[in-house]
Amino acid sequence: MNKVKKKVKVIKIDVDKCNGCRACEVICSSFHATPKYSSSNPARSRIRLIRDPLKDIYLPVYAGEHAAAECMGRDKYVVNGKEYDECAFCRASCPSRDVFKEPDSGLPLKCDMCEDEKEPLCVQWCLAEALTYEEREEEAEEEVQLGDMEIGLKSLVDKYGLQQLVDTVARLANKERGHTSD
Amino acid sequence: MRYAETGYNLEIDLSRGNIERVETDPGLTELHLGGLGTNTKILWDRVPPETEAFAPENLLIFSTGILCGTPAPGANRTIVSTFSPQTLLMAYSMMGGFWAPELKHAGYDKVIIRGQAPNLVYLWINNDQVEIRDASHLHGKGAVETQELIRQELNEPNAQVAAIGLAGENRVYYASIEQGRSSASRGGIGAVMGSKGLKAIAVRGTKDVNIARPAEFMELCNEVLKYIKFREENPIPGVIPILAVLGSPQEMKVHDEAWHTQNFMWGNARTRKKDFWTEEIEKQWTETMESMRTRLISCYNCPLKCGATITVPGQSTYMMKCFSKLTYTMAAMSDLDFGLKIAQRATEYGVDGYSTPQVMAFALELYEAGILTDQDLPGMPSDNEGRFYWLLDRIVRREGIGDALANGTYWAARQIGKGAEAYDHNTIKKHEQLPLKLSMLNPIYFLMYSTGEKMNITQIEGQFPQAPFPKREQREEFVKEWFQVPDEKFKQYFLDWEPRGEFSNPYYPTIEATCEIVDWQERMHYIDDATGVCAGLSSFHLKPPYHIHNLPALISAATGMDIDQAGLTQIAKRNRTLLRAVNIRRGLKRADEKPPANHWKKRFPELETKLLDEYYKFKGWNNQGIPTKESLQALEMSYVSEDLEQRGIIKNEQS
Repeated sequence: MNKVKKKVKVIKIDVDKCNGCRACEVICSSFHATPKYSSSNPARSRIRLIRDPLKDIYLPVYAGEHAAAECMGRDKYVVNGKEYDECAFCRASCPSRDVFKEPDSGLPLKCDMCEDEKEPLCVQWCLAEALTYEEREEEAEEEVQLGDMEIGLKSLVDKYGLQQLVDTVARLANKERGHTSD
Repeated sequence: MRYAETGYNLEIDLSRGNIERVETDPGLTELHLGGLGTNTKILWDRVPPETEAFAPENLLIFSTGILCGTPAPGANRTIVSTFSPQTLLMAYSMMGGFWAPELKHAGYDKVIIRGQAPNLVYLWINNDQVEIRDASHLHGKGAVETQELIRQELNEPNAQVAAIGLAGENRVYYASIEQGRSSASRGGIGAVMGSKGLKAIAVRGTKDVNIARPAEFMELCNEVLKYIKFREENPIPGVIPILAVLGSPQEMKVHDEAWHTQNFMWGNARTRKKDFWTEEIEKQWTETMESMRTRLISCYNCPLKCGATITVPGQSTYMMKCFSKLTYTMAAMSDLDFGLKIAQRATEYGVDGYSTPQVMAFALELYEAGILTDQDLPGMPSDNEGRFYWLLDRIVRREGIGDALANGTYWAARQIGKGAEAYDHNTIKKHEQLPLKLSMLNPIYFLMYSTGEKMNITQIEGQFPQAPFPKREQREEFVKEWFQVPDEKFKQYFLDWEPRGEFSNPYYPTIEATCEIVDWQERMHYIDDATGVCAGLSSFHLKPPYHIHNLPALISAATGMDIDQAGLTQIAKRNRTLLRAVNIRRGLKRADEKPPANHWKKRFPELETKLLDEYYKFKGWNNQGIPTKESLQALEMSYVSEDLEQRGIIKNEQS
């Protein structure tokens, strides 16, 4: 397979520097409003600050890929004696919790690194420098572009698992054959 | 659609358990903007002047500012307004934190509370769902503790909770409302909340706050942020550490306390310790702070780190900000270790960090003078620090002598009698002041102390340096980059202001210049109190990122109204004048408008009379400090002059 250059965008999160102000949430929600900056609402933000001052917990988490199903179990971290909420470090919008979902529609949210901006807005607005931005290039194998049918099938795989899909296709194929042989 | 504001208030009647969502009149936004401005209008309209602070008819208003919940940095203040049990006038303490933006996102600009709940309750505002809930299990719980308990009970970690402690429940006249790292402490509004049987208000909101002209607004916000960064990197030379940088004074961060400890008074605002600050003490206090301070923290959408979480070994964590760092330490003539420890208990009780230590020091002075005896203070420990804890415990429970002390130095002195009045020497309008005793009268501060209705100098002063710089070159340097001035003449006033000689206090700045300087300082605070922008990024500071030149544009872009500098000045003037009228109607007199008699050693009665006369005139008030009919008319508030006429407070010239 061909090797290609791929841009990797990294937001470095230094929780020790976080002052808990939630400017990241404010500006994220504002940037992604339509039209741009026309409203503000941290509940729509693609970054969420888990903040518990009395326990000294400050944890900015970015919305990652949507997960249609929740994991088989949950995790709970204790770091330096501080106990974090279940699944606190997870970036997925998933059925197990409310975060990273549009408050009205429940549709999943995902960080897009503010696409064409020189730096994601959350980084630009974090004067505490808890969030900093890095870009680097990596060599990666060229991805094969998926066709329409593959995209459709892939989402079914995501939802039901490959085995169930294969079984279903096989069952359908059998039926189909049965009909034609009639 | 309404922009920046939601256009709805929540009206809560605790006596009847009634909850209503009421649409507000956009015309009032045009006249008063929001926050303190509209609060004052509501109190004028709906609370008759004879209403007592603890009467069910008194209103307790929790308001957002018009910019709260927008991306304007530091626009996060909750403006709480009511009538004070202590001063008997309007109290409008404010707090930063996270509460006001959350309320906006829940869909409300204000929560207006009236009545009295039969049993202790708390309010749960979750977007459109609003409930009055039983709080009997929270009786006596700490103010910080209560916030946590409610969040757990609601299973809503993102709820923002404002709560009172035992002091508020027991109607201590200087009880605070605590919320996260912030508190609304002055004027006894926590006691009013307690009198209503309201332990807390929890809020969660997930709705949008809309901006009228987004691109324009965001550009202005980015400029503000850029300037904050610039100021962080370029402290102002030649001023004390906390004025050199932005923020509600950076007391949690700055270790150098030479200025406070050597210039402010210790004990009951009595003793100056000119050579207190030594290397050894600096080392010791720095160690104390660094061992107990877990993290420097901010309010909603603000990069300044004015607060801190403080963990005293063996006690639950609390949050602190500003000068409460030193008030207990200095009142008790102790050290920082004691100050941070007792503040933990005081924060849970929910008391004002300015008044409380002073009241306790006052009590101990009375004891030393023999006015209070062992019979009045049965069981009081013999050590100084132990006495402060002992007194604090009694005050918040109103036990024994604590019952009188819970009313503050002014009222306690009169209740105790036997000459105790002379020991109430540091109040203005019955309210405890910062422990400052100075030498030469400063005309600017004379007017601010006398006429500022906040009765708290840090919420009146700002913009203009507190004292002249020693050398002309330093002054020239300072005015170079001073674009915040509303007019170039202010630069000249400062350039010419000398520490000694013809152009020095008390006769310079001239009376005219003094009026203009005071008016500018006050105007900026009244704008902040309507927008909800923190004074620590704005009115309190020299060269702040928010100023009279960018605020009109920011407000216009956010709200869609077209407000220019003159228009904003007019709104600030209207709000300020209405607040004056509210207090005049409640009995405020010219005779009340004076600093503590011993605030300055060198006083100038004739000059002071002239200053007050001219300033009243400048403000459009008569020589009793009452707004004139003409000035009220010019501010579109003829209804105020009509009311004042009916009450015989001003005379109808026609009749």
